[in-house]
Amino acid sequence: MKIRTFGRHIKESLKSLGRNGWMTFASVSAVTVTLLLVGVFVMIMMNLNKVADDLENDVEIKVFVSLDADEEAIEQLEEEITDLAGVESADFSTKEEELTDLVLDFGEELSLFEQSNPLFDVFYVKAVEPQQTETVAKEIETLEYIENVEYGEGKIEKLFDFLNAGRNVGLILILSLLFTAMFLISNTIRITIVARRTEIEIMKLVGATNWFVRIPFILEGMWLGILGSILPIGLIVVLYQRVTEFAQPRLSGELFQLLEFSPFIYQVSALILAMGIFIGIWGSFMSIRKFLRV
Amino acid sequence: MIQMKNVYKKYPNGIVALNGLNVEIAQGEFVYIVGPSGAGKTTFIKMMYREERPSSGQMLIDGTDIAKLKSRKVPLLRRNIGVVFQDFKLLPRLNVYENVAFALEVIEEKPKAIKERVMEVLDMVGLKHKAKMFPRELSGGEQQRVSIARSIVNTPKVMIADEPTGNLDPETAWDIMNLFEQINSKGTTIIMATHNRDIVNKLRHRVIAIEGGLIVRDAAGGDYGYED
Ligand SMILES: Nc1ncnc2c1ncn2[C@@H]1O[C@H](COP(=O)(O)OP(=O)(O)OP(=O)(O)O)[C@@H](O)[C@H]1O
Ligand SMILES: [Mg+2]
Repeated sequence: MKIRTFGRHIKESLKSLGRNGWMTFASVSAVTVTLLLVGVFVMIMMNLNKVADDLENDVEIKVFVSLDADEEAIEQLEEEITDLAGVESADFSTKEEELTDLVLDFGEELSLFEQSNPLFDVFYVKAVEPQQTETVAKEIETLEYIENVEYGEGKIEKLFDFLNAGRNVGLILILSLLFTAMFLISNTIRITIVARRTEIEIMKLVGATNWFVRIPFILEGMWLGILGSILPIGLIVVLYQRVTEFAQPRLSGELFQLLEFSPFIYQVSALILAMGIFIGIWGSFMSIRKFLRV
Repeated sequence: MIQMKNVYKKYPNGIVALNGLNVEIAQGEFVYIVGPSGAGKTTFIKMMYREERPSSGQMLIDGTDIAKLKSRKVPLLRRNIGVVFQDFKLLPRLNVYENVAFALEVIEEKPKAIKERVMEVLDMVGLKHKAKMFPRELSGGEQQRVSIARSIVNTPKVMIADEPTGNLDPETAWDIMNLFEQINSKGTTIIMATHNRDIVNKLRHRVIAIEGGLIVRDAAGGDYGYED
């Protein structure tokens, strides 16, 4: 397409935005609300995902060794455990070491147990893949000289259940908002089409190509989408900056971290802009198909 | 050259507007289409610029069946056909010059060529001095002349007019007819549907009379014929 033609289309589409005043405002507001929600939602979900991943990677199986096991039995057990499929490492810790850790964590009062240590010798086992944790744990349970096996049972699953539920609710909410926004945009475009029907009729009569007729309306839809994504992007950048500023020092040294500001927030911004443009163009296409018939 | 072969048109509501038309119109002819209201004149005319398509039969322009034309190709067809209506269809927000230039801008002509050509046709229709005026500031005859200027600005081979004098007083109607004669004398085919007995009888050309979707008479230099 010639640059001059493109300039004409841009001018026409911007003029329509102004002429449609209130409809433009309503559509842009709808897009703004929708995209703001999309942004916040994506921000939260992606971070929860990250947290879940971080935690998941840290799942350990704690294997309590029965008191009947002598040194030889313990050595054999260690071999058996490390030989299991899916086991990455098995670290042994005697009950004395366990007690020392407890005392370090909870204080000197516990040192009175040094006379008769009630704890067990323990293997800390890590699976190669976090998802294998449960299977590995079950297999260890079947070995000899095992008193008990513990792992982060349920906690991770609950987080993932929560994530899935949140994702579904969010998606439904966002989809319905998305449709509202598209509907408003397509209505705005319809008004433009009706307002300019004589012009369109003449364009077609004198042989303007179909795309020549359509493009101003597509552009108008696109502007609505772009205008609607400005505020959400701005808010989300500022918001996430605050969040990371607040959280990063407090989470240092913890098992999980939030996503870094960059490039995460730029990706979210790009997503918001892309969705804005998509809603806008799709909305105008809906009206073009119905009312333009070119 | 325009050729219709057994053109039959049934509208979606079941009305048969054209009931098997066979007609040939050579390049440079001037043809009146006459007939009572509802006879099918407008439908006949709409076939030629593919505003409507025949339900069956062929609508040939220079050997191409335009009924089968892909919608992508229709714009190119229309660049070779100028259309004029009873109600002018001018854009109220544009002045005379802009209304005419519009037809060239939307087919992406070069701005310099547009300017020259628009002034040329405005001169031809006698409205060069009113180029900056808006449609509402013009008389009906002047508005029709603007619309004629717009229809010929792209030098089409064929000009189609559906009751172009229908909204005009007799004297103004004759001005418009003089313009048509002038355009026709340069080789442009003119096809004009009309109810204007006086014009058809005085300015003799080929007359195709349609009644009930059928051609009932086709006479070179014929008269208007029937009583309204
Ligand atoms: N778009 C349409 N849909 C359905 N029926 C139509 C349509 N256009 C025209 N008709 C019908 O087709 C028939 C022919 O109409 P047409 O407009 O061609 O007549 P006409 O000769 O131009 O009449 P007039 O002299 O009043 O303009 C009429 O019965 C009309 O009701
Ligand atoms: Mg008619």
